[in-house]
Amino acid sequence: MNLNFVRMIDLHSCLFAQLNLDFSRITPSIPYIFGGIWVTLQFTLLSAIFGFIWGTILSLLKISSIKPLYWFGMAYTSIFRGTPLLVTLSLIYFATPQLTGYNISGFQAGVITFSLNSGAYISEVIRAGILAVDKGQTEAAMSLGVSYKPMMLDVILPQAIKNILPALVNESIALLKDSALVSTIGATDLLRRAQIVGAEKYVYFEPLLIVAVVYYLMVMSLTLSANLLEQRLRKSS
Amino acid sequence: MQGKNGNIAIKIDRLYKSFGSLQVLKAISAEIAKGEVVALIGPSGCGKSTFLRCLNLLEKPTSGKIEINGQEITDPKINVNKIRQNVGMVFQHFHLFPHMSVLKNIMYAPVTVNNLPKQEAQEKAMALLKKVDLVDKADVFPAKLSGGQKQRVAIARSLAMEPDIMLFDEPTSALDPEMVKEVLDVMQAVSESGMTMAVVTHEMGFAKEVADRIFFLDRGKIAEDAPPDVFFSNPESPRAQQFLAKIL
Repeated sequence: MNLNFVRMIDLHSCLFAQLNLDFSRITPSIPYIFGGIWVTLQFTLLSAIFGFIWGTILSLLKISSIKPLYWFGMAYTSIFRGTPLLVTLSLIYFATPQLTGYNISGFQAGVITFSLNSGAYISEVIRAGILAVDKGQTEAAMSLGVSYKPMMLDVILPQAIKNILPALVNESIALLKDSALVSTIGATDLLRRAQIVGAEKYVYFEPLLIVAVVYYLMVMSLTLSANLLEQRLRKSS
Repeated sequence: MQGKNGNIAIKIDRLYKSFGSLQVLKAISAEIAKGEVVALIGPSGCGKSTFLRCLNLLEKPTSGKIEINGQEITDPKINVNKIRQNVGMVFQHFHLFPHMSVLKNIMYAPVTVNNLPKQEAQEKAMALLKKVDLVDKADVFPAKLSGGQKQRVAIARSLAMEPDIMLFDEPTSALDPEMVKEVLDVMQAVSESGMTMAVVTHEMGFAKEVADRIFFLDRGKIAEDAPPDVFFSNPESPRAQQFLAKIL
């Protein structure tokens, strides 16, 4: 058994030796890579906020009794769920200058695409959340003479969102990770910066490993803060 | 009509309501005077809840006319929210807003709908809480209340809009037996303040004591419309006789 253990250690050091990791070559570029954290965060945050607002509006269209609004909401969701994100991203980035003459930046194209896209997904989540709120809540509000808008904003949505918080966190995590796609249209986010550094120094493994760890830590802190928020909300009722 | 005064609060003329092919209400006509308390009783599935829910348009009547204080609420051009502000409703399952404290539950509609200043709304809510004897629960969330307490808050919440008419849809059916009385007492106090009330109930004692009139519904029609002493001692329709024989 002892011998086996020694062999295992041997195997490990052998692996590391083969990995041949050497961070010293990219050390000067690490601050540059970390600068991408801010870009990625900004990008995720903006897309999450716009996506959430747009998703809420879409979800209301989809539970509307007015048929054209309902069909619009459904068709919209179907299109954005049915096409790869990378395709819509490229479409918006390359089509906008051609159609409008406006020279859109990678960052702008990214925020627009991701907001539109996550709006579609979030709308499904919120729709389910609204439908899960007891119908009696709507009736109680209606019987008090409360009109549609305050009823939704003050009575239904707060209850719906509390129930779907875990799903919304999932969506934000997906958004954070998918944000790496903007590196393909030239926005200098975390991944893009790692690639740039890699190309400069001819080492790819180390910078990519660094950004992978950074992404993971960001997702983890998002998850943890969401858990805290959830616990606090639970306590209030 | 044998109301406390001659004014008509609710006038119903040939009211029909169907859900798909199921006809629930068939040509109901009735009048309820201001200040009158009407108990709606009848076997389950007879349409009494649907009837009640038509009175504040939570159910849209299929045809027929309903007038409240002389205003036709079945007119398609009517502002439904305006009507509902004047017609309070209390539900079997309370439907308090779980994310608001008791006080906020009561303040919500007056502040949101009537733009009442918060300070004023709060004073009013506290006065109502005093009436239903729950002042000490003002800052508690509904989940912490017993069924009877919840229903009393729900009544206070409805009264905060100062309605002319109150509808009660089986207000004590979801309560533990020992909590029924506290709710009925509050309802009796409300009726004594001169409120026009329509109450769907299985509490025959309450119907007998507090109601001015009984509507006995059967298969979507008012089979009997009589004062409680007449109805309980000497029901005319055979269906009502059967019903009373079973429950009394």
